[in-house]
Amino acid sequence: MLKILRDLLRYNREFAAGVALLGFVILVAAASFFSPYPAADSFVVPPDMPPSWPHVLGTNSRGQDVFWQLSFAIRNTLLFGFSVAILSRVISLVVGLVAGYAGGMVDRVLMSINDSFIVIPLFPILVLFYFVMRERMSWAWLALAMAALGWAYDARLIRSVALSLRTREFTQTSIFSGMSMRQILVEEHLPYVLPIVFSTTMNNINWSIGLEVTLSVLGFTNVDTPTIGMMIYWANQHTAMVAGIWWWIAFPVALVVMTFIGLFLLAVSMNEYIDPRSRLARMGV
Amino acid sequence: MATDRTRAVLTVEGLRAYYQVNTFGIEREVRAVDDVSLHVNANEIYGLAGESSCGKSTLVKTIAAAIRPPLRVLAGSVTYRFGERRVSLYDLDEGELARIRWKHVSYIMQGSMSVLNPLRRVRSAFVDFAFRHIGKPMPEFTAMVEAHLKRLHLEPTVLDAYPHELSGGMRQRITIALATVCRPDFIAADEPTTALDVVVQKSVLAELRQAQRETDASVLFVTHDMAVHANLSDRLGIMYAGRLVEEGTTAEVFATPAHPYTAHLIASLPRIGDTQAREGLGGAPPSLADPPPGCRFHPRCPLAMDICRREVPEMAWIGDTHRVACFATKAETA
Amino acid sequence: MSEPLLDLHGVVRTYSRGGLISSDYFRAVDGVSFRLEPDRPEIFTIVGESGSGKTTLARMILAMVSPSEGRITFRGTDPARLNRRRDRLAFMRQVQPIFQNPFEAFNPLKRVDRYLLMTARHFAGARGRDAERAADQALRNVGLSLAEVKGRFPHELSGGQLQRVAVARALISRPALIVADEPVSMVDASLRMSIVNLFKVLRDEHKVSILYITHDLGTAYYISDRILIMNKGRAVESGDARTVLDNPQHPYSILLKSAVLSPDPASREEALAP
Repeated sequence: MLKILRDLLRYNREFAAGVALLGFVILVAAASFFSPYPAADSFVVPPDMPPSWPHVLGTNSRGQDVFWQLSFAIRNTLLFGFSVAILSRVISLVVGLVAGYAGGMVDRVLMSINDSFIVIPLFPILVLFYFVMRERMSWAWLALAMAALGWAYDARLIRSVALSLRTREFTQTSIFSGMSMRQILVEEHLPYVLPIVFSTTMNNINWSIGLEVTLSVLGFTNVDTPTIGMMIYWANQHTAMVAGIWWWIAFPVALVVMTFIGLFLLAVSMNEYIDPRSRLARMGV
Repeated sequence: MATDRTRAVLTVEGLRAYYQVNTFGIEREVRAVDDVSLHVNANEIYGLAGESSCGKSTLVKTIAAAIRPPLRVLAGSVTYRFGERRVSLYDLDEGELARIRWKHVSYIMQGSMSVLNPLRRVRSAFVDFAFRHIGKPMPEFTAMVEAHLKRLHLEPTVLDAYPHELSGGMRQRITIALATVCRPDFIAADEPTTALDVVVQKSVLAELRQAQRETDASVLFVTHDMAVHANLSDRLGIMYAGRLVEEGTTAEVFATPAHPYTAHLIASLPRIGDTQAREGLGGAPPSLADPPPGCRFHPRCPLAMDICRREVPEMAWIGDTHRVACFATKAETA
Repeated sequence: MSEPLLDLHGVVRTYSRGGLISSDYFRAVDGVSFRLEPDRPEIFTIVGESGSGKTTLARMILAMVSPSEGRITFRGTDPARLNRRRDRLAFMRQVQPIFQNPFEAFNPLKRVDRYLLMTARHFAGARGRDAERAADQALRNVGLSLAEVKGRFPHELSGGQLQRVAVARALISRPALIVADEPVSMVDASLRMSIVNLFKVLRDEHKVSILYITHDLGTAYYISDRILIMNKGRAVESGDARTVLDNPQHPYSILLKSAVLSPDPASREEALAP
C-alpha cells in the first residue's frame, strides 16, 4: 500500500497535486479541533474585521473568526460528502453486481427500481424532505436521504460491467469450482468494478457537497451545523457582499473549489492506476 | 534463386522491433522481432509461421508501416522495390507513406470489421481506400471495381450491401478484393482466415491465391496454421521467440525440416486417416521480455548442446534456397 | 440395462431473434439425441462449424442453459431442474467443464492455484493441507505440480500450462464426465498434442468420459471413440469416429472433410483450385 502511494506520488503529477490540495483542505478541517471558540458561539470576537493578525481571514458580522468557522465548516462538509459517497457506493455496488450477475427476473426488478430513482427529480424531493423533517433535520438525515437518491446512475454503470463479466469464462470456472454467488461477486468481479467505484466516489462527493451547499445557501438545511453552504447562507443573510465583507464569502468558496479540484485530480490519477488494464501492464502481461 | 536479391520486392535486414513500456516506473522491453532478415521475391507468396507471440504479427506491422508506440523499430531496414524505384520505409515521412499505402503496399488484417465501416455500404470502403490512388472519374472507377470483383467471383451487388448483411467469409473476401483493387506490388496478410470456418477458409484462400496471380503481387502471409502454409505459401519462414529460425521453399521445409522446432511442428500435425501417436513438445515458449541466452529454443530442444546455451546461432545456408539457425544441424551437415 | 451416464433425447434450444415488432425463433440446437453409457469411459466428439449449435449443446449439458424442448438426464436426473445449491454442487462434482481460452478460464487478476484449492474445498471437502495435497495430486496427473503453479498469475504461465491447470482443476472432484469445449483451439501447435494426449490418459487411467467439442477433424480423428457431426443445430451423422471420418455418408460430412486442408504441399494446386 505504501509502495503504491510512493509510486503514484513519484510518477503521477495529477496525484501529487491532488494530494497536496486535499491535504491542505484536510489540515484546515483538522484545525477545528484546536479552535479557541466553540463553533456555534457568536460575538466572541469583534465583528467585520478584514483579514489581519490574529484573525487571519478576518471576522464576520456575527462576531465569529472566519478561519475557525471555516475549519468547522469544511470538516462537516467533507464528512458529509464522504458519508453520502460511501453509503451510496454500497447500494450501487450491491444492486449493480447482483443485477448484472443474476440477470433475468432479478435484473429486471432491480433495474426498474433503479430507473425510477434516475428519473425522480432530486431537488424538489430534498426540499420536500426538509419541510417534512423541519426541526429534526440534521446533516446525518440529509446524508442518508442523498445517499438513497444518489446511487442509481452508478448502479447502472456497474451492472453493465457485471453483465460482461458474467459471460467471461473465468466466471464459469468459478461456478464450477463451487464458489457461491457472494464469493464470485466479491472476490472475482469486484476488482473489475473498483475503478468505476473510485471515480464515481470522487464525483459523488463533489455532487453531494455541491448539492449540500445549494440547499444550505437557500436555507433548506439545519442552520445550526456550520458547513460551507451554511457560512454562505449566513453571509447572504447579513448582505456581506453589499457591506463589503468579501472575506466571509471568498474564503469558503475558494476552499470548496480547492476540494473539488483535489478530488477530481485524485479520481483521474487513481483511475489510471487501479484500472485492470494498467494493473495487468504493471504485472507484466 | 533465393540469393538473387535483385528480384526481391521486399528486403528486410537486421530488423529489431521492441515494445517499450513504462508504467509507473516499471520498465519493460518485449523483444518481439529480434534481428530478422528476409526477402520476398516478385510474384511469390511468402509464408510466415510461428506460435502465438513469436513476433510474427509484429513483423507484419513493421513491414506494413503500421507501427505505433509502444512498438518501436530499433535497428535494421525495410526496403521495397516498386518497379525501378527503391524505397526505404523508415526514411519516409507521413505524406509519402500515405501515398504508398494501398497503391503499393496493402495490409489485410484478421478482423474484416476493422476495415469495413459497419454504418456504411461496402462501396464507400472502395471509394475511401482506392479512389484517389486510381485517379479516374467515378463511372470508370466503378466499372473497374466491378470488373475486379467479377474476376474474384464476387457479385458487383455486394457493393450496395452493409457489412452486417454479409457473412464473415464474404466480408473477408471483400477485404481481399479491397486490398488488391489498386494492384499493389505487395500485400501483407496477418491471419486473414483464422477466424473463419474450414469450408469458408478454403474459398477465401483460393481467392487470395487467384488475386495474387491475377495482379502479380507479392504476398507475405502470416498464420500459425501449417496446413494453410502447405497449400498456399511458395516459400516459408518459421519464427520462434522473435527470431527467424528456418526458411526454405514450402516443399523443402515440409519434406526435410532442418530446425528441430520445425520438425516438431510438422510431425505433430494430426491427419485424418492416421492414428499414429503424436507427442507434444515439453516446456513452453519463452517470455520475450526475458528470453533465454543463446538459442532461444534450447530449453525445449531435444538436440541441445553446450554451445546452444551460450551462443546465438546465425542463419546459415544448407541448400540453394534453404537456410536454418541451428548448431545441431550445422554440426550434422559439416 | 443400467441407467445411462448422460442421455439426450430430442433436445431443442431456441433463441428469439429480432426486435419487439417482428421476432422469429432460431433453433440453435434442433432435436439432438445421444447417450453415453456408464462404466464405459469414452471420448465422444461433437464436430461442427461456428453456428452449428455445438457450444449451446455443451452449455445445456453443463446446465448453464436449459433446453426449450426434449430431455437431458445425467444419471437419471435433469440438471436444469436442480435448484438447491447442495444439489447443484453434487451435479458439478460429477460433471466438470474445460473452456476454450485458457487465458480467460482464470481471472487474470487472481492467482491460479486459488481455483484448485476452491474446488478441493467445495467438492472434496478438503481444507488447508488436505486441499493442497488434492490440488498437487491432480496437477501431477497432468504433468505439473503445485510448486510450479502456486502463487502464479495466469499471465505467468503459457497457454498449454494453463490448459493443463484447467484439466487438473476439473479432475479434483473426480468427475464422471468432462465437457471440453474447443479445449485446444487456442493452444499453440507445439503444446496442443500434449493436451489432446492428456484426454486419452483421463479416459484410460481415470475412467472419465469426455465430451470433446471441436471444429478440427484432425484431432477428432486422432482421439475420438465416437463422433457426432452437427450442422445448423441438427446432428447429421454419428457413429464410430474412424468409420464416419474415413467414409462419411451425409453430404455435409463429405463437404466438411473435403474442406480440411492436408498438411502436405504435394496436393496444393488441386486443393485451392477456384
